[in-house]
Amino acid sequence: MRRYAYAIPYWLWIGLFVVAPIILIIYYSFFDIEGHFSLVNYQTFFTPVYLRMTVNSFWYAFLITACSLLIAYPTAYLLTKTKHKQLWLLLIILPTWVNLLLKAYAFLGLFGTYGAVNALFETIGIGTKQLLFTDFSFVFVSVYIFIPFMILPIFNALEKLNPSLIDASRDLGASEWTTFRRVIFPLTLDGVKAGCQAVFIPSLSLFMLTRLIAGNRVITLGTAVEQHFLVTQNWGMGATIAVFLMIAMAGIMALTGNRKWGVRQ
Amino acid sequence: MKKILSLFLLVWLIAFSLLYVTKTIESSKGYGGANTLTIYNWGDYIDPALIKKFEKETGFKVIYQTFDSNEAMMTKIAQGGTTFDVAVPSEYAISKMKEEGLLLPIDHSKIPNLRYIDKRFLDLSFDPGNEYSIPYFWGTVGIVYNRALLGGKEITSWNDLWDPSFKNQILLVDGAREIMGMALNSLHYSLNDTNKTHLQQAKQKLDALTPNVKAIVGDEIKMLLANEEAAIGIVWSGDAAEMMWENERLDYVIPKEGTNLWFDNMVIPKTAKNIEGAHQFINFMLDPKNAAQNAEYVGYSTPNKKALEYLPKEMVEDERFYPSEQLASKLEVYENLGKNMLAYYNELFLQFKMHRK
Repeated sequence: MRRYAYAIPYWLWIGLFVVAPIILIIYYSFFDIEGHFSLVNYQTFFTPVYLRMTVNSFWYAFLITACSLLIAYPTAYLLTKTKHKQLWLLLIILPTWVNLLLKAYAFLGLFGTYGAVNALFETIGIGTKQLLFTDFSFVFVSVYIFIPFMILPIFNALEKLNPSLIDASRDLGASEWTTFRRVIFPLTLDGVKAGCQAVFIPSLSLFMLTRLIAGNRVITLGTAVEQHFLVTQNWGMGATIAVFLMIAMAGIMALTGNRKWGVRQ
Repeated sequence: MKKILSLFLLVWLIAFSLLYVTKTIESSKGYGGANTLTIYNWGDYIDPALIKKFEKETGFKVIYQTFDSNEAMMTKIAQGGTTFDVAVPSEYAISKMKEEGLLLPIDHSKIPNLRYIDKRFLDLSFDPGNEYSIPYFWGTVGIVYNRALLGGKEITSWNDLWDPSFKNQILLVDGAREIMGMALNSLHYSLNDTNKTHLQQAKQKLDALTPNVKAIVGDEIKMLLANEEAAIGIVWSGDAAEMMWENERLDYVIPKEGTNLWFDNMVIPKTAKNIEGAHQFINFMLDPKNAAQNAEYVGYSTPNKKALEYLPKEMVEDERFYPSEQLASKLEVYENLGKNMLAYYNELFLQFKMHRK
């Protein structure tokens, strides 16, 4: 009995801040703008506008995740080889202490026509380029913001890796590449999965960056949710999009999650 | 455990005693009392000399507090922690505040100077009969452009924006009403149009503008245009005036097809304690000489007809901020189109945003 008593705060927490909000969102999604019960929001979602928006969101989230992974894996790998691991790790985590909006505004200055990056381009002879409000800058800034969340789980997985396995692989004559492909990568796959979840899921519903960095040239589902709740006051439609986002996220979790759930170890 | 508990108690004790101290300071300074008048306004939106003059004339002590968005102002008034006697929201905020019961009616018999206000600016759809609000300043939505960057090209109308030579040069403000309104005006429709065929036409016209649009942004537009990130911007005249102070190469134009007319208005929020003083203050600000002095300091357009006589000629004759009668007749105030129509406007605006080059 006592054991259950200790669990009460956690159940309360989950009930109030996880279950209740989800139920509320699903509940709201069944009401149209006039407050009548209807399925019209779901109908609207399956129109070309929102379907294209969904495809867009997935595409950009995929790009962001892929770029993060490509940069994060080697970084994490090199990190495990360095002397002052904790210091380097701290330096990677440090930017996450700065507010996201502040960082976005900083990029507005850096990427501007007369910003630091273009000044550099000018001096090395590339010439001024339009950086702000392009797909490139959007993906770049998003990767910059999310990359610590990719590096950390991969770093942890690499740290946990038993070095004698690598030695064994080499002793048995495997090349560096084979060792990586057949030993290191499969054994750190859990870290990669966790990192992908931590990046893909929030980037699916990014919204402030789409305006600040992409100048509303990139419209994701997150942007639409924000608009429906704050501007249009069509909470039903906003909630409906949120429901689909949740379904998508649950799908991703299932896809990348540990398959150990069903199987007893 | 005991240590934590005593620390906890200490923090609580300090917090409460600080709360008590601020309360006593506030009341000793006479915050919210009968002798003070708390004004809640946008930053730098009144001539401080006028506040001094008002204090001298009436003996009230004025406390001036500022906000930087209508939303922030509404939240603070809705919470009701501070006694604001006069506030200055924009017109769309007034309809919202009215609906939520955040405003007290204004007694017109106590504001004789109301007769100086231009009739054009009274009895508008957001507050019929000016039951709750009195106009303070007004302005338009128009085009800011950088003469130097455009190489001396003149812009006079909305339709000029579709010029192919302005490729990737236009920044739009992120507002469905503003941008849809611009497209509707460019087609010579009303910006309160509710005819769906007209709205579809407007959306198609916007799609055609896409190659010229660099970005659709929020408040950053002021900084971006002042930094010459783009040559053209669709903005509110108030923002335009601010940008023009920062960058002299910028010019503002009210498009000849007509555009939106907006207002900031004085209201008495329900938090008011000094209702008598609030009326006196509103009346004081409507005095033509005071209104002129204020308009000269702030740089926005005054709705006070009589005050124009006291303003420098070059200011009143500046058609960018005091449009001619002929142009003024084409200005429209946003009507409350209802939730459904507003949603439709936003839906079309969203589709326009998704239209790729």
